[in-house]
Amino acid sequence: MALKGLDIFKLTPKTNCKECGNPTCMAFAMKVAQGAVPIEKCPHMSAEALATLSEATAPPMKSLKVGTGDAEHTLGGETVLHRHEKTFVSENLFAVSVNAESADAVLPEMEKIDYERIGERMYVEAVNLEYTDKDSYVQLVQKAAGKGRVLILDVKDAEAAEAALEVCASEKPILNGATPDNYAAFVELAKKHGVVLGVGAPDIDSLHDTVAAIEGLGYKDLVLDVTGPTVKDTFANAVQVRRAALKDGDRTFGYPSIVDLKKLAEGDHYKQTALATLFVLKYGSIIIMENMSYAQALPLYGLRQNIFTDPQKPMKVAPGIYPLNGADENSVCATTVDFALTYFVVSGEMERSGVPVNLLISDAGGYSVLTAWAAGKFSAGSISKFIKDYEIEDKIKNRTLIIPGKAAVLKGELEERLPDWNIVVAPNEATNLVKFLKEL
Amino acid sequence: MAFTRKPQTFSASINEVTIGTGDKAVTIGGANILPLYTFDAPAKNKVAVGAEITDTGVDRTLPGIASYYEGAETMAEIAKRASEMPGADFVALALNGADPNGDNRPVEECVEIAKQVADAIDVPLVITGARNVEKDTELFSKLAEALQGKNVLFVSAREENYKTVAASAVMAYGNKISAESAVDINLAKQLNVLLSQMGIKPESYVMNVGSAAAGYGYDYVASTLDRVKDAALSQNDVMLQMPIITPVSQESWAVKESIVTEDDYPEWGDRETRGIDMEVCTAAAVIAGGSDAVILRHPQSVATISGMIADLM
Repeated sequence: MALKGLDIFKLTPKTNCKECGNPTCMAFAMKVAQGAVPIEKCPHMSAEALATLSEATAPPMKSLKVGTGDAEHTLGGETVLHRHEKTFVSENLFAVSVNAESADAVLPEMEKIDYERIGERMYVEAVNLEYTDKDSYVQLVQKAAGKGRVLILDVKDAEAAEAALEVCASEKPILNGATPDNYAAFVELAKKHGVVLGVGAPDIDSLHDTVAAIEGLGYKDLVLDVTGPTVKDTFANAVQVRRAALKDGDRTFGYPSIVDLKKLAEGDHYKQTALATLFVLKYGSIIIMENMSYAQALPLYGLRQNIFTDPQKPMKVAPGIYPLNGADENSVCATTVDFALTYFVVSGEMERSGVPVNLLISDAGGYSVLTAWAAGKFSAGSISKFIKDYEIEDKIKNRTLIIPGKAAVLKGELEERLPDWNIVVAPNEATNLVKFLKEL
Repeated sequence: MAFTRKPQTFSASINEVTIGTGDKAVTIGGANILPLYTFDAPAKNKVAVGAEITDTGVDRTLPGIASYYEGAETMAEIAKRASEMPGADFVALALNGADPNGDNRPVEECVEIAKQVADAIDVPLVITGARNVEKDTELFSKLAEALQGKNVLFVSAREENYKTVAASAVMAYGNKISAESAVDINLAKQLNVLLSQMGIKPESYVMNVGSAAAGYGYDYVASTLDRVKDAALSQNDVMLQMPIITPVSQESWAVKESIVTEDDYPEWGDRETRGIDMEVCTAAAVIAGGSDAVILRHPQSVATISGMIADLM
């Protein structure tokens, strides 16, 4: 699969023309082998060499863009099966599924889910449009179009699909309807309208055959609908497809996936939550649900944000004043680092105490308390600078500042730098905050 | 071109640990596949689900829990009802009231409660302590003596108290323990090594590698579970082959999403639904990551998660 630098070098013109921005063809080849530059940077590659190389250096899983504008999302492009091996790159999308009958009720409910969590907008990114009959389908597509969501056309009838695409092709929907029986017509449709084609089949073997046949027709903008007749089949398909592509080098399965939980667990809200969790962790690229409520979104979007965060980059919350439990200018202040996990644990315990607190978060590089302190990013200097820069003394009248127990060493210097303040040291563990705050 | 299946089975496997006695004893672990990958090879045992009760009583502010335990007033009645919960394989008694920073219930009273619970049920019993090292050390020692022969699982022994807990619970009275570490594969392994050096047999302990509710740093939990299973199975690391138990209820019912009222957050809707979704999501996540047993609080969560396990295993 992966080519070595020398193999690539043999295919270059070996003229050291520097037009690619590298001093020699050898240097260029080495960078291509590492994936640092695309092979197309060399203007003198022969067509055959390019074909050989793009095949050999292509990523094991295709990366695709769907939707347009703000609703554009990237699917796939994963290179590892477990996040600790490197990182996952494309968050799964959540979709709700509607048909002609349910659209008027479900779409407005879906639009209510829209909030921010650690700098990320949380909403239902896609809408699955179920086909019932030709007359109503175009109307359904029109209803869902223009809402800033990726449309998924769940239709196996080529004529109806054509009519739907006439209406919404400009929004870059996914045409999820190719099967072992109709794929030739659907490939034509997808090519004509320039959309990603969804491929489904009764079992994993025929799915593989169908994808191979579609690739044979020259179309590779595909997503694989791995939804099977049962939960067990669907999970087996999702895992085996991804594993075949990333671990076993089977390019035919190197595409993003769709799982339709409405088909697997219609009417069972909690079962859909459980299954959505499973597919966030194990290889669903688009997870279609019957509906999305806040009760489901809060854990599922939080989980997704956790799983798709880069293990090498800590999640950070924005610096600022976070008033908890209705805190106002007379409430005590407390400070900790901007590491998202610390923030959530600390703010959670503070909220549990019911005591109004102004939680002051300064930029500590996204590290935990001890690490940030050791790195000099959470110090008496940084805390007092934050208090000055954010004009805390103008905004808050209370002059009590609670500092983390693990940073108790900062107390003396803080008292010097902030002479008007009463510096109080909190317990070492967040779990003791409730008792501490209540007794403060 | 036909699809070539390449099942991932390992020559190593997770240890098997049995809790409880008689017909309703439960065995967890035993798999030589990645979690839930039953398409590669059959899983030897199903993931077990426990129904949590506490010495502080039933949380009757949640209608679903209140109605399930309606009429059950004494600890024995509550325990019996929990043991009959559809989908539950064991009962987990959480001695939250023993916490010295809370009610600080004396050890003798806790032992009395645990005996009432153990006598009322025929399914295995898991006991989680006060999550205070000193209190748990004494508590588990006394409980182990009182519950000798019941094959109870105590959650958890930690680095600070493993010697005393293991000596009394396992060596003296033949019960089981869980070795707890805080979301760190190295600490998990270290504690397992220490226990094995004491002579604790692999069939006598499980581990709790730490958890977090979905969205609350769950990335660390997910990667810890992935790495533990990878080391246990593909690298045959015998010091990480213990089955895993995760007390999901405690984390998932303590986060904001499960606590704040509908009055304060009207757009979020019903609190009980939110709590169940958080519990279900967190449980499904740790099971997908390789937990062999989970402890859940709400009857709906127990039903949903046991249903998911049945669908997959």
